[in-house]
Amino acid sequence: MKSLAELQAIKEKMQQKVALRDGSGEMRVVVGMATCGIAAGARPVLSAFVEEVANEGLAGKVTVSQTGCIGICQYEPVVEVMEAGKEKVTYVKMTPEKAKRVVQEHLKGGKVVTEFTFANIAK
Amino acid sequence: MKELSLNILDISKNSVKAGATLTEILLDETDSVLTLTIRDNGCGMKKEMVASVTDPFTTTRTTRSVGMGIPLLKLAAEMTGGSFEIKSKHESEYPDNHGTVVTAVFNKNHIDFTPLGDIPSSITTLIQGSPDTDFLFKHTLTSGQVGVDTRELRKTLGDVPLDTFEVILWIEEYLKEQYEALK
Repeated sequence: MKSLAELQAIKEKMQQKVALRDGSGEMRVVVGMATCGIAAGARPVLSAFVEEVANEGLAGKVTVSQTGCIGICQYEPVVEVMEAGKEKVTYVKMTPEKAKRVVQEHLKGGKVVTEFTFANIAK
Repeated sequence: MKELSLNILDISKNSVKAGATLTEILLDETDSVLTLTIRDNGCGMKKEMVASVTDPFTTTRTTRSVGMGIPLLKLAAEMTGGSFEIKSKHESEYPDNHGTVVTAVFNKNHIDFTPLGDIPSSITTLIQGSPDTDFLFKHTLTSGQVGVDTRELRKTLGDVPLDTFEVILWIEEYLKEQYEALK
């Protein structure tokens, strides 16, 4: 059973990590979570990013956050990946499986998964 | 929405947007009735807004003039022969006790009742999206109670944010295990 003692341990671990995090090249993953995104299945996509980023040890480098409606509801779930000095990448019609591939290939491997991008799908 | 918990996730975001520092999400379940109450201490709404908020063409979003959150929840409740009510006190009239309360009642045995779905995931996602505000979630079932209060978690976490990956994963497991224990 989960206990607050476990949460305390997480806290202590995180406080040690904060010092190490400085200076890392930051990447931001933003998931559209307005009514349109949620109805299209954004929640499991967000969960997949949170889990995969944590499992792959990318927590110090990648942040995962939520935003409102981006205005392309018919392409939801929509995910944007932002990285300093690089053009924003917009992934559309995402699923948890696609999210795992984005974590592996893009966030970890540095290579955009072109087949899931808005530019590719909205042709 | 495929799951009622997605409606909860969706409209609880309105509370955060209204500047609530605390949003309470309460589920009370009997064998036949589910009552959902979402109560916040946000800025509240004026009478005109309360009257029009169930209209899909009323919205606070700016990308387009349609807002489906509240109408979808109202529909989900009324489809089961249940009810929907929204009460609000705007900060201009109630400087000390403003906020909004949404109450939706569902007949669980009605064929059009939407199952609650993955509540641990929806509540965790809500917290992940707004880690700087507090949430109290309490689900009362005939077999017992499940809940989480982020104010309590903060006491343990100190300055470690609620949206830290490990913390988010912990909260989801914490809720899941509480439901498992009731089975």
